[in-house]
Amino acid sequence: MTIAEKILSARAGKNSFAGEIVEAYPDLVMSHTATWRSASVMKRIGATKLYDPDRLAIVLDHISPAKTEKYATDQQTSRNFARDNGVTKFYDVDSGIAHLVLMEAGHVAPGSLIVGTDSHCTIYGSLGALGTGIGYTEVTSVWITGKLWLKVPETFRIVLNESFPAGVYAKDLMLHLIGTLGADGCGYKSVEYYGTAVKNLSISERMTMTNLSMEMGVKCAFVPPDEKTAEYLEGRMDPARYQPVLASKDAVYERDIEVDLSKLEPMVACPHEVENTKPVGEVAGTHIDQVFLGSCANAKYEDLVVAAGILKGRRVHPGVRMIITPGSKHIMLEAMNSGVLQTLMESGGLVTNPGCGACAGDGGTLADGEVCLSTANRNFIGRMGSNKSQIYLSSPATLAASAIKGVISDPREFMAN
Amino acid sequence: MASFIEGRVYKFGDNINSDIIIPGRYLIYIDREQLAKHAFEMLGEGFPDKLRSFDILVAGRNFGCGSAREQAATAIQGLGIKAVVAASFARTFYRNAINDGLPIMECPALYEAVREGDEIRIDLDAGSISLAGVEYSFPKMPESVRKILELGGLAEYLKTQLTAQSK
Repeated sequence: MTIAEKILSARAGKNSFAGEIVEAYPDLVMSHTATWRSASVMKRIGATKLYDPDRLAIVLDHISPAKTEKYATDQQTSRNFARDNGVTKFYDVDSGIAHLVLMEAGHVAPGSLIVGTDSHCTIYGSLGALGTGIGYTEVTSVWITGKLWLKVPETFRIVLNESFPAGVYAKDLMLHLIGTLGADGCGYKSVEYYGTAVKNLSISERMTMTNLSMEMGVKCAFVPPDEKTAEYLEGRMDPARYQPVLASKDAVYERDIEVDLSKLEPMVACPHEVENTKPVGEVAGTHIDQVFLGSCANAKYEDLVVAAGILKGRRVHPGVRMIITPGSKHIMLEAMNSGVLQTLMESGGLVTNPGCGACAGDGGTLADGEVCLSTANRNFIGRMGSNKSQIYLSSPATLAASAIKGVISDPREFMAN
Repeated sequence: MASFIEGRVYKFGDNINSDIIIPGRYLIYIDREQLAKHAFEMLGEGFPDKLRSFDILVAGRNFGCGSAREQAATAIQGLGIKAVVAASFARTFYRNAINDGLPIMECPALYEAVREGDEIRIDLDAGSISLAGVEYSFPKMPESVRKILELGGLAEYLKTQLTAQSK
């Protein structure tokens, strides 16, 4: 059985295989800024009782703190809902992006099933959990009934060989895969990442991989849990509380894909689709007005360190605004204590409070004709402002190199020595 | 819900994402009319109002990809659209459409054949769509999905379940 088949079988209480539809009981239901919507559905239909308040996690991450009275009222509704229903896994506007906050807090167990009001729930597969996105009404349904129907997905096995050359990261790998396979190249599928290279990839890079897997249309994506996973969870979660799930030897894969990491280059996704990828050399020299180092894809501590490594002792180009939004409060504290934040600010960066920030349209709005290079996971038309603006996506390293030069640039130019 | 849905078609291409359908800045709304005012506005002049004179959207591959925002389905309903037929859907949009009470069906052959302004007739019971006398079949919806659609969405479905339990 594949990892998805095993996890869904366990949560449905019967052995289930790809193609079957099961009724599964998630271990955790995440809702973010959308919580007020789910709460309003619950009120509208007259439901009063949750299946299990301990399975709910609420994080106020998009548009936080509130920027209008409407947002303030909605956040108040979410806050009151958590308090009135005994939801203890509640994280207010100071915390950061839901996905990162929940993993840091030890709420994401390997082998668990997690659904939530966000397509990038696939990121939980970085710790071996099956994470997948659903809408707010369906969240209400799971809150009340404890379960939902899910189709057991077929699985693609992606094998990563060799290792990344200097200046190439998990983000570049994912842009390469999305560009090659397409925005629906893994539609409805589960993806499992294997290969000698995976063992060496940090949890932070695995998060980038499983997060960006969403942009190939996956239902869920996994890096099978290993020693690195156990190390990450140490101090966050009692090992007795989780059971890592690995695929069995007889698992059936619909497709095998192999990637030689040593042949990859820094990649950029061009407007207005993530699948529109090119090696950085082909777009080098493109003018930029703003760079955004943020989002659940690439605003982890390691990402900030990579950017700061290139920016140290250098200045952001006078024509460029550099916005840095750390993924979580913990990440921000770590970057503050290590001096990384200082480096980023001294080089000309503007550091905002942790959260989704400009990726979700909160600050950093783009005017007509402006171009932004972002480390986020989506470059859809108008996502950051005007429908006449443009968004390119890259790794934090490519972002830092480009910020210095004022045009899209190859980070390897800054890594010669 | 009637077994037939008929009307004029507006045709989109591939990968129409949920940010195009309803931009993130309007997720402060959940009601159909408010959302519909801004549906597809990223596509520029004339949108969304020109869509109001059509009844059915037909699209290519991966319709509704991107964000899991349920309001993508709600906004489409607010425009008076009665169904969406696509070569394929992103999974989050597929679920959200059903849960929001918006009938959707996958039919790549119809996508190839249909043009903007064509009249089509969808037969939910038969699992077929007729265009200019030609029938195009789509996988019939499971009974459970029909039930949710008939009640107008998952919220109403849950409400009936709760009412049944309390009796």
